[in-house]
Order: sequence, then C-alpha cells, then structure tokens
Amino acid sequence: MLSLKNAYDEMLLPDGSHREHYRRYGAWLQSQAADRLARRRAEADSLFHRVGITFAVYGEDEGTERLIPFDVVPRILAPDEWQYLEAGLRQRVRALNAFIADVYHGQDILRAGVVPAELILCNAQYRPEMQGIDVPGGIYAHIAGIDVVRGDDGQFHVLEDNLRVPSGVSYMLENRKMMMRLFPELFARHSVAPVEHYPDVLLENLRSVAPVGVADPTVALLTPGAHNSAYFEHAFLAQQMGIELVEGQDLFVRDDAAYMRTTRGPRRVDVIYRRIDDDFLDPLAFRPDSMLGVPGLLSVYRSGRVTIANAIGTGIADDKSIYPYVPEMIRFYLGEPPLLANVPTYILRRPEDLAYTLAHLAELVVKEVHGAGGYGMLIGPMASRAELEEFRQRILAHPDGYVAQPTLALSTCPTFTEAGLAPRHIDLRPYVLSGREITIVPGGLTRVALRAGSLVVNSSQGGGTKDTWVLER
Amino acid sequence: MLSRTADHLFWMSRQIERAESLARILDAHYRHTLLPHTADVVARDWRATLGSLGVLDAYLARYDEFSPATAYQFIAFDRDHGGSIVSSLWQARENARAVRGTITSEMWETLNSTWLEIRSYEPDTSDGAIGDFLEWVRYRSHLSRGVTLGTMLRDEAFRFTRIGTFLEGADGTARMLLARARRGFAPADDPAGPDAYVWTLLLRSLSAFEVYRKVYRDAVTPWRVTELLVLRDDLPRSLHRCTNEVYTNLCAIANDQSAETERRAGELHGAFRFGRLEQLLAPGLTDFLELFLERVRDLGGRIAHDFLVPATGF
Repeated sequence: MLSLKNAYDEMLLPDGSHREHYRRYGAWLQSQAADRLARRRAEADSLFHRVGITFAVYGEDEGTERLIPFDVVPRILAPDEWQYLEAGLRQRVRALNAFIADVYHGQDILRAGVVPAELILCNAQYRPEMQGIDVPGGIYAHIAGIDVVRGDDGQFHVLEDNLRVPSGVSYMLENRKMMMRLFPELFARHSVAPVEHYPDVLLENLRSVAPVGVADPTVALLTPGAHNSAYFEHAFLAQQMGIELVEGQDLFVRDDAAYMRTTRGPRRVDVIYRRIDDDFLDPLAFRPDSMLGVPGLLSVYRSGRVTIANAIGTGIADDKSIYPYVPEMIRFYLGEPPLLANVPTYILRRPEDLAYTLAHLAELVVKEVHGAGGYGMLIGPMASRAELEEFRQRILAHPDGYVAQPTLALSTCPTFTEAGLAPRHIDLRPYVLSGREITIVPGGLTRVALRAGSLVVNSSQGGGTKDTWVLER
Repeated sequence: MLSRTADHLFWMSRQIERAESLARILDAHYRHTLLPHTADVVARDWRATLGSLGVLDAYLARYDEFSPATAYQFIAFDRDHGGSIVSSLWQARENARAVRGTITSEMWETLNSTWLEIRSYEPDTSDGAIGDFLEWVRYRSHLSRGVTLGTMLRDEAFRFTRIGTFLEGADGTARMLLARARRGFAPADDPAGPDAYVWTLLLRSLSAFEVYRKVYRDAVTPWRVTELLVLRDDLPRSLHRCTNEVYTNLCAIANDQSAETERRAGELHGAFRFGRLEQLLAPGLTDFLELFLERVRDLGGRIAHDFLVPATGF
C-alpha cells in the first residue's frame, strides 16, 4: 500500500510516543479495557440509526438508509496549529470572495493577466446573469467548506475549496454530541473548544446579508426534498436555526418578491439558504426541466429583493481549473503572502505541464476540472496499466479538462478497525462563514478513508468521519 | 406555517391513528373468531370487516377465498396494499421524515423506531402471533400519542396534528360500529339477547369495557354500547369527542377562506352535542354511519383545500 510509512501520524511521533497534544488522550486510551471501545462503537451505530442520521441510497429498496461510519477516536488539533490554520482560512476565503466580486464586476484580475480570461469567460461555472449585480456586503460564498490535508512534511495544504453547497456540517455537530454521550469523562479532562453554537452563528450570518432595509429578515432553507442524500442535514440545520425548511413548490414569486405558501397565506422570504445547485434554482433562467426550483427567482434576486446564499455563480472560484491561481489571488487582492499552501498542481493546458504529467502518470493524481465527490479521478500509484492507458487517452483528447497533482501521503490518525487500532488517512473540512464578519467554528469535519491504504475519504466511496477537537490549551 | 408542512403533519397523525384503528378493528374480528363458528360465518365476518374498511373489492381482486391467513396478511402486513397497518406506519414515518425539523426529535425517534422494528418483523398470521402483533401496534400508537402530547409546542403545528388524529379516530370508531352493523346486529335494547357477548367484545377492542361498567353499572346492551361510542363526550374515541376536537382545533387555525369548513365541522359536532340517539339512528345504524363517514371524508377534503394545498397566489 501507498506510503503509509511516510505519512505524518497525527497522534504518534516516529518513536511511537504520543505527540504532546495527544498525551492525555493516549494515556486514557491505554487505560481502556479492550472491548469497551467496540461496545461504545456499536452503541453509537444503534443511536445513529434510531435518530435517523442516515443518507438515502439511490436506486435501492424503500427505506434503505445507510450510516456514514463514525469512528470513536477523535482527531485532535493543538491550539497553535488551529490558530495558524484559522488565520490561513480567513485569508483564503476573503480573497475568494474578492475574486468572485471582481469576476462579476470590473474583472481587474483578468486585465492584469493574473488569471487567463478564457478560463473564466468560457467556463461553464461562469454565470453571465450575475455580471454587474451587487450582492449585500459583496459576499458571494457565505458558507465555504475548505478541504485541508496535512502532507508528510507536517504542513497543511488546501486540497479543494467548496463554495457552492458544501455539506457535512451536521456530522460535525452530531459527532460531537455522540462523543460527549459515549465518553463524557474525556471532555472533563480536555478543554475542547465547543462547536455547538454553529447553527446560531450560521443564522446570524445569513441574517446579516439580508437585502438592505429589511429590519427583521425571514430566512428559509431550500432543499431538493426528502429523497436527497443530504436531506437529514437540511432538516437538521433548519430545525436548529428555527427556520422553515422549504422545497421549490413551497415558494413562489409575485410582484418582484419571493413568498412561502403558508396556512395563513403568502409570507415574504428575505434570505434563502439554498442547498440546491445553480442549475436547478429557477427553471425560467437555468435548466427548464428543473422541478426543484422557483420560477422567476433569478429576476427577484437580480433586483436585490431576496438574498441567495451562497450566491449564484460561486462555482467559478472553486472550479479545479481555477484552484491553481488562488495563491496569486491572495497576493493580488490582499497584498499578503498566502498562509496556506496549495497542493502543487500541473495545469494540463500548459504544454510543459502536460508533457511532465504524461511522463509521470503512474505517480500522479489526475482530476477532471469539473468533477466532484471523488469521481472522475485517477490515482496513479493505485491504477492498473489499463486504467493508466485509458486516462492517458482521455487527457490527450482533452487536456483542458484535467489537472494533475503529486500523490499526497495524507496524514493518518489511529482509527478503530476490525483488527484493532490502525492508522487511516484523513482530511479536514472546516466551515468558514462570511457575512458582516468571518466566523469559523473551531475544527470542522474530519473525514477518514476506512480501507487500509485508501486515500479517498468521500462518504460515497467508503469514507467515515471522526469528531474533531481543537484544544483550547 | 408552510402549507406543505401542515399537510405532512395532518397525514402523519392520520396514518398513526389509522394503524391503531386497523389494529382495533382486526382485534375485534380476532376476538370474535375465537368463538365457535361454521365456515359460512367465517366468510360472512370477513366480508363485514373488509367491507367496513372499504377494501372488500381490493381484497377480492387479489384473493378468491376468505381465510384468516390471507385476510390478516392483507390488512396487517401487505406492503403493496396502501391501507394495511404496515403501509400506514411506513407512510406515517415518511411524513414525519419530511417534517422532522418541525416535530420534536422525540416524536421523530418514536416513529422511526416503530418503523425500524416493523421492518424487521416476520409476518405471522397464526392466532397467538397476530394477537401479539395487534397489541404491539396499539402500544406504539399510545407511545406516539404520548410523545406528541408530552413534547410538542401547542402551536399551529400541534393543531394540525390533532385534527388529523381525531378525524381519523372518528373514522375508525364509525367503521368498527359499521362492521357490527353489517353483521346484522342492530342495537335493539335486549340485554338478554344472544348477541350481547359480541358487543362486549367490541367494547374490549375499543379499550372501553371498564369505562362502560363505570358509566352504566349495568349489563351490556347494544343500545348503550352504541350510545357510549356515539354520544359520550367523555369517551376519548367516541364520535362526539372526536368531532368536538376537530371543531375546536379547526377554530384555532381558521384563515380567510375556512369559514364554511368550520361551519360544517361545527354542524357535525352539534349533531352529537345536542342530538338524541333515537333521532340519529332513525334511518338505521348502517345508513347513519355511512352518512357520517361521508361527512368525515368531506371535512378532510375541505381542510386540504383551505389549508394544505392552496392554489398559487393564495
């Protein structure tokens, strides 16, 4: 298996002793009877089932609902690690919002030649409908999920920016609740920074970007419906924030305003926290076959009478073809050196990068620029000869559609497996909220690749999750 | 609140109540079959039970004989039959899932656990097993009702939940009486008649036997049983009580277009509040019950129209 021995272990030093911030947890772990963790894990599974923290599996029998596996060993971050990470995330998201605002207004960055204009203007994620439209506070990505990994050098790198409808935050909250229920004694001995206030912060953030002049804004969460795989999260967040969970059919547009259909007649909606993609938001403007959207919504949005979060057109900044330029954006808009590095990326539209990639295909990870969810990806060191050859042909046919990166040895964290505790690769998705100010709840969602050696943490492909602790001291 | 949310709440509580009513109707049937019967009587009784549920044709489309195995399977366990107990509990759970952000987490967990348990239940239509199953359904319904009353805010959402419960409760009690009426039992006031025992069974299926004793302190007669189930305002599942609750809750959520619905609910309640049993039963018990069921259907449709699926622009 790939490079496990080189990977950075979050808990253990190379000599097998615990890193300082894991020392207390490690001592506790060693004092636990062998079967206690297994019993606790089984208890967690049955609780998650009863509470219905499940995702629907498409195309299977009615009521087939799966759990995202939960691992009982927490991922712990030291206070100074988090401080640095948090500063880097704030900086990055400020620059990304400035970039989107610029793309849809003056396009200074294109004229300066920092980002090639054709990468933007010919990109399917660019929404000409947004050109010249002012949004409240100039904020586009109100909720950003930034995927961060730690390389074998122990440094954090940003792997991906998720600026459209990032999901998973409900697992961050439920994992914490579960850990506190299973192991209350651990929280008594560690000062773990709380995350439970996330829904309050999110609601405050959404209210802060309401259309100008609305004193007491009504916020609603727009879901594709109960059959969506993330429906649990939509219902959960709406409930935690005390706002209505609406489907497209519950909303309508009249006299240049958006309304909900209620038992007492129409009620005005000021902010829509949408969990459906741009393409499905408004059948009059985007996909005409969308049954999920609200006819006429875009026109109300353009006249500034409703706020949509995240804004329409944020995909232009999290596209994988744009990702390599984010460090330059930070310098361009903020005049600061980037705190968090990107993963080095070969842009295959550049001939020299293409030549290098084709020569080193078996060592690299190749990604489709518009792909997501771990699909459309080649992991060179794990691919068969036939797969390598197939990807080579695909790249040659359409080099613009791909980027390549060195295969990262993601850091590992001990994880409960059939054979006891064993290292498994992990990543981290912190959630960055931008409104009147930027807020980050300490930590985020740690995803773990449960198969030995696997580098794919996506829940759709055998990934699980862990509670993430940021220690306060 | 959202019309769609109100719709899910209304149907969630109706389906829970329906599962309970079905369990009670089957229980009444089951108790009855424990008496010695000829094959003719078995078929007649199943016809009456399936007919009172309004599913006789659907049953005959699938089966050509009346055996306990097929009839219990059809009413209790058949997932392809939308009116079965299992289907009702599944629909209740799906409606709850659609509004899990509106109901309390305890309510959701109760309905979800009910579904998880029934999903892994091996259908068994033998005598002892079916009795246990019906009792389990009743207890899960008690639990759902308790968790609703014990945890839910007394707001509009609660009102819609209650309207669903009592509209369906009225429907269920009427159908239980109808099953008796269709077997040819009339509420003639004859305490010594051969059918008296059948009416005792009915009271037991409705958890109303002890109540009857407490209220009447006398022998069980068909007339008094009917009076208890129709006219007593203090019996939880009587037609009077259920229509009273529907009317009261409806008044609390009235909107600009619901006046006529309110009036009809009040009229239905008023018939029990001020009516006399002789007068109500003048057209015969069967006709009275069939007309009542028609009124309940009409109210359900009107509530849907006024609150649950308003036209665009309302």
